Amino acid sequence: MSSQRESTTRTLTVALLVCLVCSVFVAGAAVALRPIQVENRLLDKQRSILSIAGLGDASMSGAQVKAEFDKRIKARVVDLETGKFSDAQDPITFDPLQSSKDPALSKALKGSEDIASIKRRERYSTVYMVEHDGQLDTLIIPVRGYGLWSTLHGFVAVKGDLNTVAGFGFYEHGETPGLGGEVDNPKWRDLWLGKSVFDSNDKVAIRVIKGNVDRSSATAVNQIDGLAGATLTSNGVTHLVQFWLGEHGFGSFIEHLRAGEA
Amino acid sequence: MSQPTIKQVLLDPIFNNNPIGLQILGICSALAVTSNLKTALVMSIALTLVTAFSSMFISMIRKQIPSSIRMIVQMVIIASLVIVVDQVLKAFAYSLSKQLSVFVGLIITNCIVMGRAEAFAMANPPVLSFFDGIGNGLGYSAMLIVLGIIRELFGAGKLMGYTILPVVNDGGWYLPNGMLLLPPSAFFLIGLIIWGLRMWKKEQLEQPDFRIAAHSQEKEAY
Repeated sequence: MSSQRESTTRTLTVALLVCLVCSVFVAGAAVALRPIQVENRLLDKQRSILSIAGLGDASMSGAQVKAEFDKRIKARVVDLETGKFSDAQDPITFDPLQSSKDPALSKALKGSEDIASIKRRERYSTVYMVEHDGQLDTLIIPVRGYGLWSTLHGFVAVKGDLNTVAGFGFYEHGETPGLGGEVDNPKWRDLWLGKSVFDSNDKVAIRVIKGNVDRSSATAVNQIDGLAGATLTSNGVTHLVQFWLGEHGFGSFIEHLRAGEA
Repeated sequence: MSQPTIKQVLLDPIFNNNPIGLQILGICSALAVTSNLKTALVMSIALTLVTAFSSMFISMIRKQIPSSIRMIVQMVIIASLVIVVDQVLKAFAYSLSKQLSVFVGLIITNCIVMGRAEAFAMANPPVLSFFDGIGNGLGYSAMLIVLGIIRELFGAGKLMGYTILPVVNDGGWYLPNGMLLLPPSAFFLIGLIIWGLRMWKKEQLEQPDFRIAAHSQEKEAY
């Protein structure tokens, strides 16, 4: 019995069977739970859009988030090539992230352009707007880029003047908890509020610096305190914000919007 | 060796043979997820379920597993269960699963699960192994819950997110001990709990490995 149990064929058969049963089990669970997980992820994204726009917090229930989002937030697709609104895609179903992998809907970035290390940039992207009496109150722009370990996905919200930051945060990242993961710290995210995206020459100047901001300096309004022990994540955040608000991101769209030509 | 009863395997690991307190296993996750009670509870439930079911399945096929690959087979079963638990959490408790992040996945490497599979389930019938898994999960849970209560109550003035001691920052009177929210504080607490446990149950005291000899240096050396 013992020698039969240890034979090579026997070992291989047991290994194969165990793997087979386990993979069916895992695959079954993953497939069966997928729709609920997708729903959760969408809800989480909407929740973070609301919280970055200052319209809600983490304690809202799923139904509240859905209702508030549908009521207050308007999603529009932007053509990043022309810098204008586009109706080529449906803002509800269109997934900009997915399209950034599709050669027909995205373009490869050259090394010098690709400061956020995203390799390909989609042609169409979705922005979210909060309007008040027909006037743009808050514009929420999706941003993403590489930090230390992972791609950080988040949003920057700017006020109606298209310069003052109204909110900032990530909904998905894999940075080290306690160090780079501090990008989620509400205190740090609050530091972004009221900062200016552009300098006096209308260039994107907002950046995370190393150490603390000297409040008396002229550029303090464009600077945010760095995260201690997370220089690479801090640099990544600077790069991704500058990329998406700059000429290869939403720069021309913001210009058009300011001139009322979007 | 006579077979232990279900009651024994279920209750012994809580105080007499606590996986964290006596065997000093599973410390990593005990530091990481106990900064608040909610994550500690979810982690406890997840680990208890994984230990119980992995022990049961492994015990069911224990006579078929060739000894040359038994560790790998145990690992495959444990890993599959952990992935399923992770998927279920993502589907039904999304915000909690985001807080627990990698630690649910790391149950795979938790020494308690592997230890029970190798030490108990390989030599005992399925039902008994199942309850042994539950028992050890409860032992782990008891420790995590105690840590979670102490750390959240004195570190943030809250329990399960509800304010118990109003903190100074929100206009209350309690000045929270911020260190308790950091992982190293769990080390101190676990140390104190182990000390208390061994004072109460003297049989858990270990013989010292060696004794320091009396000081033998000669006076002239000074």
